[in-house]
Amino acid sequence: MNYFPDEVLEHVFDFITSHKDRNSVSLVCKSWYKIERYSRQRVFIGNCYSISPERLIARFPGLKSLTLKGKPHFADFNLVPHDWGGFVYPWIEALAKSRIGLEELRLKRMVVSDESLELLSKSFVNFKSLVLVSCEGFTTDGLAAIAANCRFLRELDLQENEVDDHRGHWLSCFPESCTSLISLNFACLRGEVNLGALERLVSRSPNLKSLRLNRAVPLDTLQKLLMRAPQLVDLGIGSYVHDPFSEAYNKLKIAIQRCKSIRSLSGFLEVAPHCMSAIYPICGNLTFLNLSYAPGLHGNKLMKLIQHCRKLQRLWILDCIGDKGLGVVALTCKELQELRVFPSDPFEAGNAAVTEEGLVLVSAGCPKLNSLLYFCQQMTNAALITVAKNCPNFIRFRLCILDPIKPDPVTNQPLDEGFGAIVQSCKGLKRLSLSGLLTDQVFLYIGMYAEQLEMLSIAFAADSDKGMLYVLNGCKKLRKLEIRDCPFGDAALLEDVGKYETMRSLWMSSCEVTLGGCKAVAEKMPSLNVEIIDESEQMEFNLDDKQKVDKMYLYRTLVGHRKDAPEYVWIL
Amino acid sequence: MVFEKDLNLDATELRLGLPGSSEESLRISNKRALPDMNDDSGVAAAKKCDQETAPPTKAQVVGWPPIRSYRKNSLQTKKIEAETSGMYVKVSMDGAPYLRKIDLKVYKGYPELFKALEDMFKFKVGKYSEREGYNGSEFVPTYEDKDGDWMLVGDVPWEMFINACKRLRIVRGSEARGLGCVV
Repeated sequence: MNYFPDEVLEHVFDFITSHKDRNSVSLVCKSWYKIERYSRQRVFIGNCYSISPERLIARFPGLKSLTLKGKPHFADFNLVPHDWGGFVYPWIEALAKSRIGLEELRLKRMVVSDESLELLSKSFVNFKSLVLVSCEGFTTDGLAAIAANCRFLRELDLQENEVDDHRGHWLSCFPESCTSLISLNFACLRGEVNLGALERLVSRSPNLKSLRLNRAVPLDTLQKLLMRAPQLVDLGIGSYVHDPFSEAYNKLKIAIQRCKSIRSLSGFLEVAPHCMSAIYPICGNLTFLNLSYAPGLHGNKLMKLIQHCRKLQRLWILDCIGDKGLGVVALTCKELQELRVFPSDPFEAGNAAVTEEGLVLVSAGCPKLNSLLYFCQQMTNAALITVAKNCPNFIRFRLCILDPIKPDPVTNQPLDEGFGAIVQSCKGLKRLSLSGLLTDQVFLYIGMYAEQLEMLSIAFAADSDKGMLYVLNGCKKLRKLEIRDCPFGDAALLEDVGKYETMRSLWMSSCEVTLGGCKAVAEKMPSLNVEIIDESEQMEFNLDDKQKVDKMYLYRTLVGHRKDAPEYVWIL
Repeated sequence: MVFEKDLNLDATELRLGLPGSSEESLRISNKRALPDMNDDSGVAAAKKCDQETAPPTKAQVVGWPPIRSYRKNSLQTKKIEAETSGMYVKVSMDGAPYLRKIDLKVYKGYPELFKALEDMFKFKVGKYSEREGYNGSEFVPTYEDKDGDWMLVGDVPWEMFINACKRLRIVRGSEARGLGCVV
């Protein structure tokens, strides 16, 4: 098989960067496996319990960048108890003991302690990049350790983490010698920051391209930072409140105009809407605009801002934009590929300001649309059919009707036909989230047409086991299936247990599966961990196989049962 | 869920909701009646809609709507802040023995503010025009802004005003002439 020396193959493999492709390469033959594993620098692990750090280190001694995901997706919505698992410490400990020269660590939904951050900061001389998304368990003390000890730090990116904020001294921990920062994002921190330290840090970081500030950074500091960093490409504004006739505001206008490279804008965590005109000069170049944390910006001021953003490719906003505002988006943003509309008032479902009309307008005006997350008041089959016709290129389609079992309000029918049209038209669909009133029929359509589907989220849907069976039988590329509050039971669960080995994971909560059913899966498939999560202690009292299981999470793994599960998690 | 019949956990169950509210109104039930094999799915669905005519209060469904805790907490914080933080400023009126305090946030605009001031101090605000200030009253509303200057109330948009206003003063008679009071 080998017509070339190893070095040549290695050089060729350098051009193969996608994880999937490199995984395929390693399966070709033994010598390709060997060459690939020695040259591999970046590894992605979608479920931290599918493999152990020791085996990872043994296989990839050249590892430089590691991405790890911990808790199941539904943990984002409080369906998984906090101490369920996903601890990063054992990984950092194992890597620290080895000779791995870790440079980048990207974590999602993991528990990260200050101890692990400190160990990380002291163990890898060339550590360059830390990205934490939706993680918890650490405080600003951990950040201080990273700042102080990682001499060549380029990236510190904190996205939507729950951080215990011990106030802002961590920024002062970046030594004077640290001049390598390219990206700094601390927008999710809720506490004060040392503004002087921030200004000095930005001043000595000539390569800084991405800066996202938190709420505690006021407008006049923003102005000073922009004057020092006109090369920014990505800006997240913290507080944006000021008197438009003041000197500080005039200075800000000048500073913003100097920033000709800004392509991505977010934040506005506090906003005075009448000061938005200062932003207009940079709007024309924006490709990403995230206003989803700016409820103070709505109505005409919001629409005026959007009208300046003709090159937008990704837009994240709140539903207070309204259907009318989405109409403005449809007329203005012809390059739009991704739209996310979040609820500004999630618990008052009657007040959601967008309906099917807004979505139809955007689908008609933005033919390049391929990714959608849409929280709305209602949806109709007719609208979904129109959207499917207008936008056949959807890769991600996530619809959330705030009343989860609401039918089509015009016809009072379930939304089966509408979603059916989406999966039939969008042949490249990889991710789908359903809501509204749905019967088994929609799952028949999904099984028949959604050939590329990799992730499916279902809630409050279906009539019987048939629904789940259609999906498991039809969707050959399914990797992640998450289900809550559906009448799927053991018959569906046990029909084809071998299927679960081809998937990353399956989550089922508040369904009809029983303890006996779960035990049967565990028995037939030793390569799966079948976890029962039950905080109510009922598992201790009643081990009747017929009892229904509240939450079940199963996933394939090469390393058997994990040892760090809390008391209320029972691994069968 | 499963043990309701055996241990009557209903009575002691912790739920988010007012005491006395029934379970039906709190839970969105996923226990649907399985439709007959021959039943038209449309009919079954319509039946379902009838059964669920009383929509459950949305806040009680755990994990719904599916938004990240971080985002949910942010929104709630902002909502609470908006509702509880007042914008209290002192109001003085020439000749009055003591000052009052009002929360600017409770008013939607200048008309509401003036009505409140008129009620509080028993006077009448004149008619506002950009050229002449307040016409027809010996009282003129003024405010001190962030730069320490005394300004005529009403010139700038409401939101701008409430952000800039540090205190209010209702100026009377001869003093008011300079600020455009036409007596």
